[in-house]
Amino acid sequence: MKFVDEFRDADLGQVLAGQILATVEPGRHYKVMEVCGGHTHTIYKYGVDDLLPENVELVHGPGCPVCVIPMGRVDDGIAVAKQPRVIFTCFGDMMRVPGGNGTLLEAKAEGADVRMVYSPLDALRIAKQNPDREVVFFAVGFETTAPSTALTLLRAQREELDNFFVFCNHVTIIPPLRALLESPDLRLDGFIGPGHVSTVIGARPFEFIPADYGKPVVISGFEPLDVLQSVHMVLRQLAAGRSEVENQYTRVVPYDGNLSALEVLAQVFELRPHFEWRGLGFISNSALKLSPRFADFDAELRYDIPGVRVADPKACQCGEVLKGVIKPWECKVFGTACTPERPIGTCMVSSEGACAAYYNFGRVAREREAV
Amino acid sequence: MNTEGRALELIERVRAKPLRFRDERITMAHGAGGKATQTLIEGLFAPAFKLTDLADAGAVDGLALTTDSFVVKPLRFAGGSIGDLAVNGTVNDLAVAGARPLALALSLVLEEGLAADELRAEVEAIAAAAAAAGVDVITGDTKVVERGKCDGMYITTTGLGRSDPRASLSPGSLSPGDRVLVSGAVGEHGTAVMLARGEFELDAPVASDTRSLWPAVDALLEASGPSLRAMRDATRGGVASVLNELARASGVGIVVREAAVPVAPAVAGACEILGIDPMYVANEGKLVAFVAPTGAEEALAALRAVPGCEQAAEIGEVTSEPQALVLVETAFGGRRVMDLLVGDPLPRIC
Repeated sequence: MKFVDEFRDADLGQVLAGQILATVEPGRHYKVMEVCGGHTHTIYKYGVDDLLPENVELVHGPGCPVCVIPMGRVDDGIAVAKQPRVIFTCFGDMMRVPGGNGTLLEAKAEGADVRMVYSPLDALRIAKQNPDREVVFFAVGFETTAPSTALTLLRAQREELDNFFVFCNHVTIIPPLRALLESPDLRLDGFIGPGHVSTVIGARPFEFIPADYGKPVVISGFEPLDVLQSVHMVLRQLAAGRSEVENQYTRVVPYDGNLSALEVLAQVFELRPHFEWRGLGFISNSALKLSPRFADFDAELRYDIPGVRVADPKACQCGEVLKGVIKPWECKVFGTACTPERPIGTCMVSSEGACAAYYNFGRVAREREAV
Repeated sequence: MNTEGRALELIERVRAKPLRFRDERITMAHGAGGKATQTLIEGLFAPAFKLTDLADAGAVDGLALTTDSFVVKPLRFAGGSIGDLAVNGTVNDLAVAGARPLALALSLVLEEGLAADELRAEVEAIAAAAAAAGVDVITGDTKVVERGKCDGMYITTTGLGRSDPRASLSPGSLSPGDRVLVSGAVGEHGTAVMLARGEFELDAPVASDTRSLWPAVDALLEASGPSLRAMRDATRGGVASVLNELARASGVGIVVREAAVPVAPAVAGACEILGIDPMYVANEGKLVAFVAPTGAEEALAALRAVPGCEQAAEIGEVTSEPQALVLVETAFGGRRVMDLLVGDPLPRIC
C-alpha cells in the first residue's frame, strides 16, 4: 500500500535501531511513556520493542479511550440501552467493557437493542431511519473523536432531529497528563506525544511538560517507523540535555492544531468540573459535556441515569497500568483471572489497552541487546 | 527467571487448562469462530458427545460426514451467494478431512415473504456449485418461518464423502520443522461480505473466494500424501484461528512470516482502513496445509498448478517452542503473538 508501507520498511527500521543504540548511554535506564493507546497497539503489533536496546523501556500511558471509562458510566450506558424505545449505539470495543453489572454485549443478548457503529454519523442515520425510536450514541474518546461527535450534533440540530441523543463521555488529554506528572510514584524520562489528538489540539498544549517538569515530548505518528524515530528523538534530547516539544508527525500535525475542529468543539461542548477516570480517580476539568444549547440532545438530561459510582474491583490494577507504574504482566490478575475473554479491567478490553495489547501480541519472551 | 517470564509461564498454564463453558447467555461472540466458539465446543459439545478428535468431518467405516449451516447477510455479495457457500463450505469440510465429496443433503429455512426469484436464484446457484464440485444433492427438507424470523433464508447442508486412502491426517500430528502452506491470498470472502453489507461506505474490487477445495486437496494428496499432516479450510476466524487450533491440538509452536502471506492489495487496503488483520478474516476457498519438510516443495508446486491456487505460498513453520502458541515475525522485523480472537474482529475507534 503506497504511503503506508514506506513507514513500515524493515531496513529503515534497522537503521533507526542502530541510531538508537548509538544514542543511549550504556548503564543508563530510560523510561519513555507513549501516551496514546494507538502507539501501544503499534508497538506490540509490529514488535517495535524487539528493535530497542534492553535499557530503553516503553511505558504505556493513559491514552486509550475505552480504558479510561469508569465502571459506573458503563452501567449508566446499559441502563439507557434497556429503556424500551431506545436503540443504543456504540463503538465495537465498548460492547465488551464490563460495568458493575455486565457488559453491553450481554445487555444485547438479554434483549436490549444495542448496535455497533463506526462513527456517530452512522448513529444519526439510524435515528433518521427509525423516527419512532430514540437513538442514543455512546460517545467516548479524546479530542480525536470529539469533533466527529460535535459535527454530528450540529447536523442533528440543523436537521431538527428529535430522536437522537448523545451520552457524552469525551475526555481531554492534558489534565490526566498533568495528574500523572504530579503523581509521586512516577519515574519517566520523556514522552511520545499522541499524534491523532494533536492533529486537533496541536503540539503547543504539551509545552508545559518540558517547561514545568523538564521532560522532552515528541509528537509521533502511528506507523512503526514513526514510533522508532520518535523514541530516537526523545533519546537525542536526553543525550543533549534538552527538553522541548518536537513534532515528528509533521505530515499530519500542525503546531497550533486544527482551528476549525477546535471551534466546533467549543460550540458544542463545555468542560465538566469533574469526571471520574478509570483507575485514576476524579480529575478536574478533564471531560466534556454537551453545552446548554444542545441540551435537547443530551442523553444525561433525557433519561434517568443511575449515576452510581462503582468502585474498581479490588484485584484490578488498571490504575497503576494506566499510570505506567506497573507493567501489565505485573498486575496480580493479569492473564489468569483477567483475560480478553473475561476482562476484569478495561485495559484488557480494547486492542489499544496496554494489557490486551500485551496479552494478544506481546506475550513473547524477548531477548534484546543489552547495553 | 525474571517476573515477566514467570507471568508468561503462569498464563500458559492457565491457557493449557481445558476450556469451560461458563457464560450465562449466548452472545454473538459464540458464533464468531474465536475463543468463545471454542469454549462452546470444548466446554459443552465435545464432553456431551464424548468427542475427542474435533475435526471438520467425522469418519464412519471409510465414509466421512459433515454438516454446516449458512446464515450470511446479505444473501448475495461480490463473487457468490449463500447458495455457493452452502455447497462449497460443506464440500470443503469433507475435502480438508481427506475425503472425496460424494453427496449433499440440503435443508432450507425460508422466511415468509421471500421473493420466489430470490429462492430460484439460490437453488440455481446450489445446483451449479454442486455440479462444479462434482457432488449430487440427493435429499432435502424445507421449512418456512414467519416474517422477521430469519434473514431471507438459512441453509444447512450435510455432506457425505469417501475417505481417500492416500490421506493419513490428524490435527495432533504436527512436528517441529513441518511447513505451513496456504492455498492462495487470504481474507477475500470476509472482506467482500463486509463491503457488501454497506456499513462502511467503502468500495473495493474484492470478490468472495468461494470454491470447492477438492481439486487442491486431490493435488496435495497425489503429490505428497504421506507427508501431509493436516489440512483446514480457513473459514470463520481466518488463517490465524486455524493455526491456533492446530498449535493447541499438537502442542507445538507455529511461526508465521508475515511478509510471506499473500494478501490482495484491495483486501489489505480495506482491512487497513478498518483496523482488521486479514489473517483473522474469513475465507471460503482457501486451505491451510501442514506438510513434513521433505514433501513441502512438491506440495507447494502441486498446489500452485491447481486453477485458483496460483498464489499458494509457504508462510511459516512448526516449532517445538513455545507450545500451543502462534508467533508472527512481522514484516517490520519484530515479533508478536497471534492469538485467537474472543469474538468478531472489531474495527478500532481511532
